[in-house]
Amino acid sequence: MSENAPLVLGIETSCDETGVGIVRGTALLSNTIASSMDEHARYGGVVPEVAARAHLEELVPTINAAVAEAGIRLDQLDAIAVTSGPGLAGALMVGVGAAKALAVSLGKPLYAVNHLVGHVGADVLGTGTDGDGQEPLEYPTIALLVSGGHTSLLLVRDLVSDVELLGETIDDAAGEAFDKVARVLGLPYPGGPQIDRAAVGGDPRAIRFPRGLSQPKDMARHRYDFSFSGLKTAVARWVEQRQDAGEPVPLADVAASFREAVVDILLTKAIAACRDHEVPRLLLGGGVVANARLRQVAEERTHAAGIALRVPPFSLCTDNGAMIAALGAQLVMAGRPPSTLDFGADSTLPVTEIQV
Amino acid sequence: MLLAIDTSAGTSVALVDRDRGVIAELGTTDTMRHAEVIGRLIAECLDQGAVAVSDLSGVAAGMGPGPFTGLRVGIAAARVFALGAGKPVVPVVSHDALAHDFYSSGATSELLVVTDARRREVYWSAYAGLDDAGLPVRTDGPGLAKPDSLLLADFPHRHLERLNASAISAGALGMVAELTFAAGRPAANDEPLYLRSPDVTLSPGPKRVS
Ligand SMILES: [Zn+2]
Repeated sequence: MSENAPLVLGIETSCDETGVGIVRGTALLSNTIASSMDEHARYGGVVPEVAARAHLEELVPTINAAVAEAGIRLDQLDAIAVTSGPGLAGALMVGVGAAKALAVSLGKPLYAVNHLVGHVGADVLGTGTDGDGQEPLEYPTIALLVSGGHTSLLLVRDLVSDVELLGETIDDAAGEAFDKVARVLGLPYPGGPQIDRAAVGGDPRAIRFPRGLSQPKDMARHRYDFSFSGLKTAVARWVEQRQDAGEPVPLADVAASFREAVVDILLTKAIAACRDHEVPRLLLGGGVVANARLRQVAEERTHAAGIALRVPPFSLCTDNGAMIAALGAQLVMAGRPPSTLDFGADSTLPVTEIQV
Repeated sequence: MLLAIDTSAGTSVALVDRDRGVIAELGTTDTMRHAEVIGRLIAECLDQGAVAVSDLSGVAAGMGPGPFTGLRVGIAAARVFALGAGKPVVPVVSHDALAHDFYSSGATSELLVVTDARRREVYWSAYAGLDDAGLPVRTDGPGLAKPDSLLLADFPHRHLERLNASAISAGALGMVAELTFAAGRPAANDEPLYLRSPDVTLSPGPKRVS
């Protein structure tokens, strides 16, 4: 990466991670995250006001840490990037207010970007000559973004100009389903790693839990949409029936079968999207990518289908500021003008709005 | 010279100097658009005052009390602007700005400042004039109360002259910061004055579905 590539700082506060990242073009210089997850654990889920308060306290220390790790000075930056949405409104506003103030203070251009497209943008880091030698992502690609806050299937024809939402969850996010089923099983928050641990040695085919929106009638209207609330209810009902009958609950089998239902429907729909659109590439993003079973099944099925699978490093899959900086740098390199200073936090920002 | 930011009510941004007074002040009483307007208000204030960021000696931040979501936007902006500028933050209790304005116009009586806290509650602070540095003397508060409770016999400040305010001036806030600094007084705590715990309920455990 040449010295001329833009040096960009990205700020991400859409959920419970205060993320600040610094990139030079496609080279990652720092990716600093302060998470308030521990504070949410006792409530069994992210509490928006708790998250927003934590962002305000963590912001300056996180920026300082990111700048120190990158070995730069703030006045050397070429641009600032910030998540405008989608996400928790009060949490987003902390980052938006801060990013605007930083841009004015430094006299630098500001790029307000879409969080979901940022997840796709994470993939560009580590490509190119200064990266790990990985080939740059080719377009078009299908992107499956799965976290506690979103479950979205995107068709990305161009990172900075053409992203289409194919489908998304119509109720809970997949990560939320893990949290809720963990509660049903008496496991703590966050549910993903807990379910993974409980599933060790379990039979994923022991119980056939429903795959939401997979019936022919649903597929007509919701071909690429997801639904996880029925699955959660099905698991709870199955467990209650066992308990009412005084029978032991086979925790490993329930956890493995539930996880299999989630992984199955996610990848069935993602691969259908690849086939339907004749796009032989699938990119995964979001915190649920930490799930080893999801990655394993993704590898098996994409391999069988002749689809190239891309999974950014885990630290770039969870919410982070580096992906926002990376998308900002792509916009700078594409010659896009900066955002005006008048944008707000948009909790439902559509993916088609890559830059606000 | 200070940049002053307060979003405890609407959004107010000002440039102030101890000797020159308020150099520029811009704002809106809109209580829903703090994040939208904050950047442009700061930029236009600097423009209007023809002041470079490097000319500033610090950033005054209104720490509330005020409704959380908006309050945080101003504090975040003040802290991060100061970080970018390499200047210190001077935290100020937002009600002090109202008291400063009140006494600057020549009034001397004791004062109860009251602002909207939403959810049918108010924030209040009690004052007893200016001290020898020209700073408002806060004798009690800031506190959070039901409006009716400010009239009850057990509220010690019920007889004070009352100032109900719906806007807070960053110019006044900045002057309080300048006077605090000039007098060598410690600034307010660098913590947002939420005065309310987050609305959360502890997870009750799983509910039956069947
Ligand atoms: Zn995310």
